[in-house]
Amino acid sequence: MRRYPAVLIVCLALLCVSATIEGGGKAMSVQVKQGQVRATPSFLGKVLATLVYGDRVETLEEKDGWIRIVPPGKKAPGWMHSSALSQKRIVLKAGTKEADVAASTGELALAGKGFNADVEAAFKARNKGIDFIWIDRMQNMNVPPDKVQAFVQEGKLIPAEGGGR
Amino acid sequence: MTRIRWTAAAALLLLPILGGTRCATLEDAAKLGGAIGVSKGVVSQEQAKSITKVAKAVAKTFEDITPEQEHYIGRSVGAVLVNKYKPYPNGPGNDYLNLLGQTLAQASDRPETFGGYHFLILDSPEINAFAAPGGLIFVSRGMLRCCRSEDAVAAVLAHEIAHIQLRHGLQAIDKSRVTEAVTTLGAEGAKSYGGQKLADLTKVFEGSISDVTSTLVNNGYSRGFEREADAAAVAILTRVGYDPKGLVAMLTEMEKNLKPGGLDFAKTHPSPRSRIDDIERQRAGGKALAEVPARQARFRKGLGNI
Repeated sequence: MRRYPAVLIVCLALLCVSATIEGGGKAMSVQVKQGQVRATPSFLGKVLATLVYGDRVETLEEKDGWIRIVPPGKKAPGWMHSSALSQKRIVLKAGTKEADVAASTGELALAGKGFNADVEAAFKARNKGIDFIWIDRMQNMNVPPDKVQAFVQEGKLIPAEGGGR
Repeated sequence: MTRIRWTAAAALLLLPILGGTRCATLEDAAKLGGAIGVSKGVVSQEQAKSITKVAKAVAKTFEDITPEQEHYIGRSVGAVLVNKYKPYPNGPGNDYLNLLGQTLAQASDRPETFGGYHFLILDSPEINAFAAPGGLIFVSRGMLRCCRSEDAVAAVLAHEIAHIQLRHGLQAIDKSRVTEAVTTLGAEGAKSYGGQKLADLTKVFEGSISDVTSTLVNNGYSRGFEREADAAAVAILTRVGYDPKGLVAMLTEMEKNLKPGGLDFAKTHPSPRSRIDDIERQRAGGKALAEVPARQARFRKGLGNI
């Protein structure tokens, strides 16, 4: 009979440990080329900072697919959409040891591994008939946030307050 | 009674902890196998480590393709598509498509990709639209001619955004290539590849591009993937305030224009009628929303002469 309270205490202790790990204060990495930190959890929110691929952030809370983070250097916190962040640590320049860890555990993501700019260049060299000019042009077609906002208002659409979930 | 209560409480408390290990994989099985082997003295520590490593490599799937790698796959898939169908360099038309597309992408479950979402009209009378992994979306003039309103164009774009959100393109890549790319060949990263390794990796890359483009252009996705994309499109349209009936209207128009045996959507997609039935079963029924004049005006201005 006495064993059960002991089991319970152990379980509670384990739960507390897992809650600490899974709650706020977790570190995440920016997994997009450029990611905006916003004042509110919305694409309409004022942009406070722009982070780059591989930047490490500290998480504070989550709300409808948005995560409140502290940018590197303990700058003012703000919101990033969860699709811009990864649980994995993204290592931009890895030594052999880190590469080995990444290959065997999957806990690290190595920037530039596998299919990268070098591979694209080699692909282009082998397929000279395939032109990338329009792909580069497409990637330069950027829509400023205020234009999206005006488009939404004019068309009587619903502002993406929460963004995607 | 007390005993039962304690046991139940302990079991309940243990559940979330055990929950973390619910995804038993080949990897776990190999670890276990290795451990047993070592304890019985059948294999050495070193061999056990190697068994685990191999199983881990096998367990890799498209989910291990990083957004950065997805970006490079998408760029080359897009380049192949633009070379096959040719771009339609119409400024106002492409601007309108990008504005509308961006508005929709922000309401999707995956608003941010490595290189973002970008849209381009293809100069082809075929009824076609493609989503290259990572966010490059192409829509033919033939497809845009099936759209009678902004809500209908929104439906086409939302469906393509949904394919990117759900990573359908990446799932067209042969699994053995993914394994090769993310483990054996691509594991070291960050430094530039040279010689044989780069050549090998490029071959795997070429194979992957071919897997995705042949699925997009020739074979099409499974009906299940198309149904998933239509369902996600309805969710996106509803969030933004477009009439999900726009998808039905577009499909009805497409049904009239698709030629049986054609090389476009007729070949790669389930029939418009069956898609309409699926969408209506999922809901999206009810009365069509009233037309918004401002939307209709800018639709005509952007795509009226397509």
